[in-house]
This record gives sequence, structure tokens and C-alpha cells, in this order.
Amino acid sequence: MFHRESGYYKTSYASDSALYPLPIARFAVAGFAILFFVVAPLLVSSYYLTILNLVGIAIVGAIGLNILLGLTGQISIGHAAFMSVGAYTAANLATRFDLPFWITLPAGGLMAASIGIIVGFPSVRIKGLYLAISTLAAQFIIDWIIVHTPAISGGFQASIQVPRPTVFGAVLDTQRELYMFILVVVVIAIVVALNIARSRIGRAFIAIRDQDIAAEILGIDVRRYKLMAFAISSFYAGVAGVLYTYYSGVANNEFFPLVVSIDYLAMVIIGGMGSVLGAIFGATFVTLLPIAIDLVMTSVGPYLIEDAGALSGIKSHMRLVVFGGLIMFFLVVEPEGLNRLWLNIRSYFRVWPFSY
Amino acid sequence: MKRILASIAVAGGLAAMTAAHAGEIVIGQMTDRTGPTANVGNPVGDGAQDYIDLINSQGGINGHTIRLVEVDNQYKVPPAVEGYQRFKSEGAVLVGLFGTPITQALTADLAKDKIPGTTPGFGTALAADGEAFPYLFPAAASYWSQAGAAVEYAKQQMGGLKGKKIAYLFYDNPAGREGLPVLRKLAELEGYTLNEFPVPAPGIEMDNQARDIARRFRADFVISHLFGRAPSVQINALKRAGFSLDKVVSFVWGASEADVAAAGGFEAAEGYAGLQFAGVGDDFQVRRDIKAMLKAQGKEVRESMASTVFYNRGLLISALHVEALRHAVAANGGKADVTGTQVRDGFHAIKDFSLGGLLPPLNLGGGDHEGGGWVRVFKVTKTGFEPATEWFKGYRDVVFELIKEESAKMKN
Repeated sequence: MFHRESGYYKTSYASDSALYPLPIARFAVAGFAILFFVVAPLLVSSYYLTILNLVGIAIVGAIGLNILLGLTGQISIGHAAFMSVGAYTAANLATRFDLPFWITLPAGGLMAASIGIIVGFPSVRIKGLYLAISTLAAQFIIDWIIVHTPAISGGFQASIQVPRPTVFGAVLDTQRELYMFILVVVVIAIVVALNIARSRIGRAFIAIRDQDIAAEILGIDVRRYKLMAFAISSFYAGVAGVLYTYYSGVANNEFFPLVVSIDYLAMVIIGGMGSVLGAIFGATFVTLLPIAIDLVMTSVGPYLIEDAGALSGIKSHMRLVVFGGLIMFFLVVEPEGLNRLWLNIRSYFRVWPFSY
Repeated sequence: MKRILASIAVAGGLAAMTAAHAGEIVIGQMTDRTGPTANVGNPVGDGAQDYIDLINSQGGINGHTIRLVEVDNQYKVPPAVEGYQRFKSEGAVLVGLFGTPITQALTADLAKDKIPGTTPGFGTALAADGEAFPYLFPAAASYWSQAGAAVEYAKQQMGGLKGKKIAYLFYDNPAGREGLPVLRKLAELEGYTLNEFPVPAPGIEMDNQARDIARRFRADFVISHLFGRAPSVQINALKRAGFSLDKVVSFVWGASEADVAAAGGFEAAEGYAGLQFAGVGDDFQVRRDIKAMLKAQGKEVRESMASTVFYNRGLLISALHVEALRHAVAANGGKADVTGTQVRDGFHAIKDFSLGGLLPPLNLGGGDHEGGGWVRVFKVTKTGFEPATEWFKGYRDVVFELIKEESAKMKN
């Protein structure tokens, strides 16, 4: 193979605790950083940047759910509600107190985290399907409270117009500027999540996921860590909600219905539970695939069906069929998700062309 | 060899020219064909498409063809944001939006990109204020105008409102609650008692509210604002509670052929009335023209055409688009390369446009982007929908005052 994994000796604590100990990994990360920070904003057209923006927001949300579902093994069907909490917190702070995004963004996350702790309380006593139902209830309760409290929702339409974020006096309102804004948040989200996973907290989460009684015997305060997982996960959801708010210029509870929670569950499961890369794969897959299918069918469709009206009807329904079919296909090929698929490919090429 | 290269170059040049679409105007149209409101989205999308086909078959606008780019947004925000950017990259000068959250999410972008968007039946009532929302055209009665018109209709039916009891039966979401400010205000002005009966989602159980309305509150009239499966449930629940359907009027999303069919057919729902912002039924010249065109082209008439309430709304959307484009192209010296701002001015130039009676006489100039807030009540008879009134507006002054008040609040 073209790179070597042996012969790198860790001679200091810093090199031992590095996020990427191997040079090839560091080169790859640097390559991706250049690609996304320099090449993409310069070369990619604003239409494709829009798609990247949507993917970026989904990544933040999916990483958050993955910490709860993948690392800690606690299910939540209320993820969209936490996004809603973050969105309205930021919108109220931004419009009533004219606060800048670098305050509203963490504030939205913190508010969602504190609500997340409350919603997470049942997890101390119940798990599995029971917890699923209790978080489902949270989705409806939070939604109802927001809509019926004008002080939060901002009036009869339950939507608050929010000015776009400003950096050093410049308003970020083109897709390119918003792309950079979202990208920075996504990078922070990824780095923090990677480090949580390999810290004491992350290991405690994994211990709870694998066997909570054993974890308790090992001396892990299961209650505290379960609630912490809810808090961190909800914080991410809240931040994703704030990003949505700044991205579209409005906070609206109809952006975050139950089906969005289900979408995020799908992202985590398709991507592969328990890894940050899996969440990224899942978010990208679920967001991009319908668009890709639609674009392909739009370009191929007219050659198959002449009648434009009939085509648009068939196209939409075909998209659902193909989307569902591909999800099933990938999960049958690799039940552990896209991340495992990628790891399989990687470990094959690691020793290529020798099989051992 | 040189000749081959030259011909390739010429062919390439031709391809580039067709790619630039000389003499073509692009409209972006959103629909919801597979989401929660697909029952609306499919006929609306078909109607919008068929009308554009009809105009193209008649020679387009000043000889320029119209290309309709349709995106199914599934009533979700991310696909709609992506779809809007796709419209933009395809060069759309005009966008038809579908869905209230989608309208909310794209309002800022439309104003920034100076591309007008139409939102008949969606979005907030405030968008009627053309000064506050220069690029948003609801172009059909908002929920506030519908509330005003419903009260007006109740007044006509009961011969006065003083001391009467009106029940507002609504879906308990922001859209459902939107009628409340107008109804409350009119209750003060007209002296009727208003009682509010929220129906929680998904609205498939309404017997409690119906009994409450019929037996305890003893309402003289019911104004209902429901979506999806709820309107048909409401028809049956009110009947079971012994409330006469003659004393019910629904907002625009609660009275379609599908609702009546789900409630047990026209005979079962006889007397039920609904507000409409586009004409209902088959008896319109434009529908005959479309059928003739489809026949001439050897195509089948779509099933969705039978769903006249929604299909005709699709016709309304495209007819408005085409009419605005006609004015814009005329203002542009007959050339196809109109800008979004010209199309906006084209909307403002729309005057007394009624599409052979399918639409109310719409005027979109003068700062009122709602076009006056016209509605018409259609009543269910044994055989189908029959008009119960002419086109009318209810309490337009009160509604518009409220709009101005709210949008002034928003600016601060």
C-alpha cells in the first residue's frame, strides 16, 4: 500500500492523545479542510452550496442524535422538538434583545439542553420502546406549548422573522456567506463530538449502552450520564434549529414536525450508530439522495415520458419508491450502516493487493 | 477534418443557443405531490401544468414559450429551499410557492433576489400588505379575509348578528388559529358571541366539539377552519349531534369534492357550504379549452380534473402567472428576457382579471397584494357544488386595518 502505519512512535503525551495519530489521516483531514473551506466556496455554484448548507445543518442535528442513540443507547423521537426550542430561543433573543449570533447560537443550544434534561428524566427509569413513547410525548408537548404561548411563538402565526447573522458588520445573506457560517459550526460540532466520544464521558456513554447494570457496578453514575447524554444531544439539536432559523430568516414550528424527528432517526441508523462519521454519512445520504434522484429523473424522464404533467406526478412518487428501496438495499448489504461499509472498503484497500 | 471541426463548433453553438433558451420564460412551480397535503398538491400541480400547456399551444406569450419547472417539496422546508435555488439556477423570473412553512422560509430570499412569488391560500395574512412584502403575492383571500367573509355570509344567512352565537371550529395549529384575531374583533364590532372550539391534530375525532356546539353552546352558526381528513369528520360529527349543515360555512381548505366524498357523498353532506377563492365546477371556458387541447394532442384528460376545487386553483395560479408575465413582456418591449422586478410590476398591472368567471375580478395594484380578498360561497347540493353567493368581500376595511396594524408592529 502507498502508506505505512507502522514506525510511528508516540514519544510525548501530546502525540499520544492526538485526534489523528497517523500522518495519512492528518493529510486526509487537511485535504478535506482545503476542499470545503477553499475549493468549494470558490468553485461550487450557489445552487450546490444550498445543498451543502442543508446537509451541513442536518449533520449537526444527526451528530447530536447519534451521541444519544449511537453512543448511549437511549432513543429519542423528540429531536425535532429540541430543534424547535433552539430556534425560538435564538429568534426571541435576536429580535427582542438584538443579540448577535455568537450569543444566540449557544443560548439556543443551552435552552434545548435544559429542556432535554427534563425530557430525559424518564430515561432514568425506563428504556427502549417505553422511552421512545415518552420522548414522542415530549415532541407533542413542546410543540403545543410553543404554539399556544404567544410570548414564545411571537403571535398568531407562530413565526418570528429573524435578521440574518452579521460578522464584523457584514450581513451574511448569500448562500456562499451562509455556507461559511454553517461550515464553521459544523466543524466545531464534529471536533467536539469526536473528542466527547474518546473522553471519560464518551466511554461512560458506551458502557451504559452496552450494559447499564455493569456500568453502574463499574462506578459510573448512570443517571447523571444518561441525563448528560440527553443534554448534549439536545444541545446539538438546538444548535441545528438555530442554524435553520438563521439560514431561512424565520423561526417557525412547522419546520420541525414529528416527521423530521423520524428523518433524523433514519440518518443515524442508515449512517451507522455510534460514530461521528456515520452521522455525517447518514445526514448526507438522507438529504442528498432525494435531490439526486429528482435531478436524475428530471434529466432522464422527458425521454421516457413525453407529457410533462404526467411526468411530474410519476417522478415524485418514484422518488419515494427509489429512496425507500435504496435505504433497504444499503441496510441489507450492511446492517451496521454506511460507516461500516466505508470501513470495510478501507480495510480491504489497507492491505491491497495482498489479502493478509 | 477542418470542416468536421467547424460543423462540431456550429452544432455546439446551436446547442449553447438552445441551452440559453431564446424566447423562453421560466416559471418555478412548487407542489406537494407526495407529502401530507398531496391530495391538494396533485390536482393543483396538474391544473397549473395544463394551463401553461394551453398557453403554449396557443402560441405562448408574444411568441415566447413558457417552461414550467416543477419541484415537489413534500411540504418540507429543506426540499423547498433546494427547489427554490434550482428555480433560480434555471433562470426562473417567477415562483409559485406551495405551503405555509415554505412561504415563511422563502420570504426573505424572494425579497433579496427580487423574484416575485405567489402564495394563494398559504402564508400569513400580512403578506397582503404590498409595502411590507413587495415580492409576495397571496393573490387570493387570506385566512383573515376568509374570516371576514365567513362572518359576512353568516350575517346574510341569519339576517343580522346582534346577540347571535357563532362557533369557530378550527384545527389547533398556527394556520387554524389564524382566523381568531378577525373573528374576535368582529365580535366586538357586531355584537355576536364567539366561542372557540379547537380540534387537536390529526382531527379525526370531533364528536365532543360537535355536541358542545349543538347542545351546550347552542350555536346559531358554525364557521369552521379544518384541514386534511378533518372537514369530512366534522360534517358527520355535526350531523350526529343534530346540527343542521345549512348553518355551517367552511374556510377554503375544508370544502372540496374529496371532503364531501369522504363524508359520504353529496347527498349526505347536502347543505354544507364552503368559501372558495377560485370557481368550482366544470362549466368554464378555460376547462373546455384544456379538454379540447388534450384531445387534439391525443392525450387523456387527467383524473385530477374531476377534483374541480383544487384543479381550478391550479388554473388560478398559472393564469395569474401568465397574466403577470404578459404585462411584464409588454413592458419589456415584447422581449422574453424579463426580470423579476418587471414581473412584479406585471402583477401590479393586473386589473379586473377574472378568467371567464373562474376568478373574482382581481386587482393586484394599489398596495393590496391579496387582490381584494374576494371569495364566493359554494353549497353542497345532491348533485354537486352550487354557488350560493356572488363574489364578495367581507369587512375588507376591518381586515385591512388589522393587517396594517400587525405589519407596523412587525417593523418595530
